[in-house]
Amino acid sequence: MKKQIPIYFVLISGIVMLIQYFVPSEESEWLFTYANDWVIVVGIFALALGIWSLLRTEFKKLKNPKEAFYAGTLLFGYFIMVFTGLKREWLEAGHLHMDLFNNILIPIQATIFALLAFYVASAAYRAFRARTALATILLLTAFIIMLRLIPLGPISEVNQTAVGWILAVPNMAAKRAITIGVGLGAIATCIKIILGIERTYMGHD
Amino acid sequence: MIKENAVDFWDKVMNLDRRWVYLSIAIVVIIPTVIPFQVPVATTPEVKKVFNFINRMEAGDYFYLGIDYDPSALAELDPMAYAILNHAFSKDLKVVVGCLSQFGVAMAETRLAELSEKYDKKSGIDYCFLGYRPYPAIVILTMGVDFRVTFPLDYYGVPLDSLPVMQGIKNLMNVKGVVDITAGNVADFWITYGNGRFGFPVALGVTGVMSADYYQYLQSGQIFGLISGIKGAAEYEELSGFETTGLASIPYQTLTHAIILIFIVMSNIGYFVTRGRKKR
Amino acid sequence: MARKLLMSLFVLLLIFGTAGAQEAVQDTIGPPSPAPPTNIVVVDRPNDTGHGVLVNWALSADDGGGKDNVLAYEVYRADQADGEYVFRGLSVKGTGQYEDKDDSPRINDLPNPGFLITEKTYYYKVRAMASGGVYSEYSEAGSGQPMENWFHVGKIPILIGVIIFWVLVVYFIFMARKGTDYYVRPLAGINAVDEAIGRATEMGRPILFVLGTGTAGDIATIAGFTILARVAKLTAEYQTRVLVPVNDPVMFAVAQETVRTAYLEAGRPDIYNPDNISYETAMQFPYVAAVNGIMLREKTATNFYMGVFHAESLILAETGNIAGSIQISGTDQISQLPFFIAATDYTLIGEELYAASAYLSKEPVQVGTLKAQDWAKAILMVILFIGAVLISMNVSFIKDMVTVNL
Repeated sequence: MKKQIPIYFVLISGIVMLIQYFVPSEESEWLFTYANDWVIVVGIFALALGIWSLLRTEFKKLKNPKEAFYAGTLLFGYFIMVFTGLKREWLEAGHLHMDLFNNILIPIQATIFALLAFYVASAAYRAFRARTALATILLLTAFIIMLRLIPLGPISEVNQTAVGWILAVPNMAAKRAITIGVGLGAIATCIKIILGIERTYMGHD
Repeated sequence: MIKENAVDFWDKVMNLDRRWVYLSIAIVVIIPTVIPFQVPVATTPEVKKVFNFINRMEAGDYFYLGIDYDPSALAELDPMAYAILNHAFSKDLKVVVGCLSQFGVAMAETRLAELSEKYDKKSGIDYCFLGYRPYPAIVILTMGVDFRVTFPLDYYGVPLDSLPVMQGIKNLMNVKGVVDITAGNVADFWITYGNGRFGFPVALGVTGVMSADYYQYLQSGQIFGLISGIKGAAEYEELSGFETTGLASIPYQTLTHAIILIFIVMSNIGYFVTRGRKKR
Repeated sequence: MARKLLMSLFVLLLIFGTAGAQEAVQDTIGPPSPAPPTNIVVVDRPNDTGHGVLVNWALSADDGGGKDNVLAYEVYRADQADGEYVFRGLSVKGTGQYEDKDDSPRINDLPNPGFLITEKTYYYKVRAMASGGVYSEYSEAGSGQPMENWFHVGKIPILIGVIIFWVLVVYFIFMARKGTDYYVRPLAGINAVDEAIGRATEMGRPILFVLGTGTAGDIATIAGFTILARVAKLTAEYQTRVLVPVNDPVMFAVAQETVRTAYLEAGRPDIYNPDNISYETAMQFPYVAAVNGIMLREKTATNFYMGVFHAESLILAETGNIAGSIQISGTDQISQLPFFIAATDYTLIGEELYAASAYLSKEPVQVGTLKAQDWAKAILMVILFIGAVLISMNVSFIKDMVTVNL
């Protein structure tokens, strides 16, 4: 019985929200906002749980000499950011919290993002090999698209047209096909969830 | 002897340590900094259409510019915002600027302040900065009806009704069009709600990775122009003559693309040479 | 172009014209005034919450004919037939309709005069505006009420689609329950799951399961959870560790529950360690740093990437490649698929990710839903093909049939 209650709850709320989509009335709009408010409420409680788990595992890792340095760095950063941000006015520009955010966090994020340039190169080096006919098509397409950034005089003009065609025709055809598949798959998954066929996400098999 | 050496070489190419690839990229990225050079940029119709849209307006005409990106996409999108604002201010166009990205609003204000000073433009008289509001879809829908619903005050806290620049401008239907610069799904909202619901012309400036996703809207006419990534920004700079970092970034892009292409070619030659040998 | 010109004319007229224009109906001096619009009909605006009406009128005789000098129509509204008429908006020439809609009762804590109250009668007058700031007489007043609507007519095509799909799903589930055996094409990425877990067990190294940077509500993430459940059950049987670093607190709670139950069902609740499922951070690139750190330090033998991914996809997959892990990925984010295809060993593309749980469970009911999808796809292909052919011949009825008016 205990296992059945959540499934009935999903069934009822799923069907109610499905009907809601087709009803434009004020009550229906209210229901939609109300349901979305719940998502936020659940998120806030889960955040507390997440932070608790983070701190617990990192404190545990402090005892492990191999992990201690990383865990220590994380905890140090965590508490610095919490304490420098305790007062509302400390969150404005010019205070330590924002200085740390702007001068340490943002550059580090940009650095990790920039790794992409290197990884794209190494992945391309490995992946773009003419092993099969399909791989050759992929390779040639990539080649044409990448060439557009290299000035080659008249060849560039022809290339520009080819790039435009590749993006507007084959690229789009494939994308739309995948999108249709994704859309149907998403509806099917939703129906499975509403009907209680798919239950793994709530810890049932 | 020579032939054996060659085979050894291609074997090495096939098993190249990826760190060599990384080192080559790093070197190539440094070159244009040490030895500056220029690379010609071929312009594409989708960027030209955005340029023409701004260029064909006359002094006093209005358009809406959405600076809807945050600092993480600054490298690619900033040059577009600079070029378009430079172009617009130099032509004495009236610009309504809004921001639908929470972390981008302070940055957008800095850009506007910098350029308005350069062209001696006044907030409230020559342009209006609306600031930021959350829920982009709803903001776009309400701006289609009335700017004052979502933005009764501008970013600086002045009532919109008291701004000379906003006299006679009620909603997005009263401007000539919208140019939205974004790194996120705000672009979809502009297409669905801006163009779809109200039918005003929309052009997009997006990051290079996003561009392939938005070509379809160009084809269907839901957007009239598309500036994508550094390349697109450089094209706009080339067309308008206002250079910031777009054109300057092209040599870096050209060289990194060239080196990646060289690696791909080498890896394929290596693949065929070593495979041929295995077959034998 | 003509429309753009008109728009700018309006703006100019609005700036210079409206002040004096309110009362000014010019007679003999200056340009001639156009004939007024007639036959004002006010109806409820369909598919809304009850705060909008549609004002319709017959065009002025001088719009497109006669003096042909009409530029636009001005719409005015009043609470009573003989009350004060207030300007509501403009429609361009050639248009006999204006949508008057306002659903905010208050603006800045002040009552909004434009707000339309449900089921209250409003009166409308329309006049034509011509070049030179001349106006026609006001039309006769027409009245109507905004009504709250209980069904969105514009969404009928979606409703029909949903019904057809539900029927297909239920039918195929029913058939599957009765014992019909459906064939599904094998997916390399799914077949590799067992082998990948076996490899980790042999090497004595953990498995990494990344659920991506979406939210718990994304379908791709939910599909990720179902795959995680199967993977966790296998790892419990093989006694291999599965590490699940998560970047969303709600996903964290669900992931913990999923893995815990999987261990319970495998009969090994004793080896379940909640610390293996960890909340890292909600920020994209710090999360990447955390996951990459885990890959390199723990030397994970197998990495799963199942869910919604953004720019981090290649950074994760390439790091896993450097660490020498076997990698299986799946996402519905089309722009990230090329990166996964290039850098991981197996990739589930879009719907294959959603279908994975059916493949892994091999339950007939689950496989039945896959068949329903295939049939829906076949129907769509037929509609698309016929629609494309017809629209090329300028016949638009299929297009009109499937068009959704939101």
